[in-house]
Amino acid sequence: MTAQVFTVTSGKGGVGKTTAVANLATALAMDGKRVVCIDGDIGLRNLDVVMGLENRIVYDIVDVIEGRCKLKQAMIRDKHYPEMHLIPAAQTRDKNAVSPSDMVRICNDLKPDADFIIIDSPAGIERGFRNAIAAADRVLVVTNPEVSAVRDADRVVGILEAEEKSNPALIINRLNPALVKNNDMLSAEDVLDLLGIRLIGIVPEDETVIIGSNRGTPIVTDVKSRAGMAFRNIAKRLQGDDVPFMDLAPQSGLWNAIQRLAGRK
Amino acid sequence: MNIIMDSTTAIVQIKGIRDGLLATFADSAWEDQRGALMDQITERSAFFQGARLAMDVGTQVLKVNDLVELRDWLSERNITLWAVVSESPTTESTAQLLGLATRISKPRPEEARHVLETIPDDTALFVAKTVRSGTRIEYPGHVVVFGDVNPGAEIIADGNVIVWGRVRGVIHAGAKGNREAFICALDLSANQVRIAGETSAMLKPQKDPRPEVASINKEGKLQAELWHPGDNTPRK
Repeated sequence: MTAQVFTVTSGKGGVGKTTAVANLATALAMDGKRVVCIDGDIGLRNLDVVMGLENRIVYDIVDVIEGRCKLKQAMIRDKHYPEMHLIPAAQTRDKNAVSPSDMVRICNDLKPDADFIIIDSPAGIERGFRNAIAAADRVLVVTNPEVSAVRDADRVVGILEAEEKSNPALIINRLNPALVKNNDMLSAEDVLDLLGIRLIGIVPEDETVIIGSNRGTPIVTDVKSRAGMAFRNIAKRLQGDDVPFMDLAPQSGLWNAIQRLAGRK
Repeated sequence: MNIIMDSTTAIVQIKGIRDGLLATFADSAWEDQRGALMDQITERSAFFQGARLAMDVGTQVLKVNDLVELRDWLSERNITLWAVVSESPTTESTAQLLGLATRISKPRPEEARHVLETIPDDTALFVAKTVRSGTRIEYPGHVVVFGDVNPGAEIIADGNVIVWGRVRGVIHAGAKGNREAFICALDLSANQVRIAGETSAMLKPQKDPRPEVASINKEGKLQAELWHPGDNTPRK
């Protein structure tokens, strides 16, 4: 079996690409899959921090490309899931150190020994983005329910269409059901209506996600977190399972109060 | 060495134009043309450093992969491929898909008038997909879109614009000053539409969108009206 390559991208920065990569990869690893994450953000690496692997880095992707180490040496094993690996970005180089054909070659070398390869794309639509999508079998577009993020996502979808990277899937991140209900935030329907691509998941706003990122423990491992649940569902859908979408209607009254007291809201 | 140089320079000619460098090719297979261009660039890399390159590929039929590969190779050498001129419609649409220009420079005023005259009044460009953010379509005739026009997209037509879908980007009909031009859409909730020199006031998004027609009325103001069956009065 050969691995499927997913690239996570967004156009706009700060919408949660890296968080999505860390959580989806961890969720897939929790399901027993062999996963390799590649940080495509050369020069601004941070996937290693979010995955809690920063102090294990010896070699990075540019070392592999420039032949200073073997591919296996640059693969960092995860602390909790031995079947999950990270290939970190170089912090001291820029995106020109990598070319689209380098990415394709690395992915081809990884494919026989993995089930999923997940590439974290940098923000923007420049060289780094083109590197990140070069090897992709499927592209996951992350956006927030904000006008500016959706417009950038639309631009990215247009480029993907032009590059014949067909069938991108959409992740709407940080949706706040209470704000949507009061018409203070775009709804998932508004976003889908504009982008017109397939939805693969909606992740509710959840402050524990940031805490998880800072601690280097993706929220997806917390069985009680609703955002973690959303990421686990997306991971199932990536594996081809048909999982129903979560009900994100704001919970009212007592249940909401209890949740808030429990610190999960 | 000299012989190799000669054969590559025979296949590819590079000259300076107003907008950078232009590569033209002798009739040959694309692999040879591309190889010759790459050889030239490798040999004189300092000269090409930071250049803006246009290519005239004649009748060569190129697919997305061909151009993407070359564009990436060039960008690794700090050369920007910005235009691909071709007589082949396939190559031209490939270039457009990749956001490359297909004409090298804007025609001079006399030429522009000439182009306008040679395009019959009823010529239209048919766009069979949603026009997304960052896309700009300019056409010297009418434009018909089967899909939406999203925010951040622009359509500029010398004739009329008809959108079978929602309009939320910018549309300019009659861009060369034709005040008879009109814009039709199933849902016209654009921030702004323009006809000739007139600009619409903000069009509010409707809860229950209905087809609308925007045109310049007798008072000389741009207005949008709901379309009713039987409304299609002949327009010039």
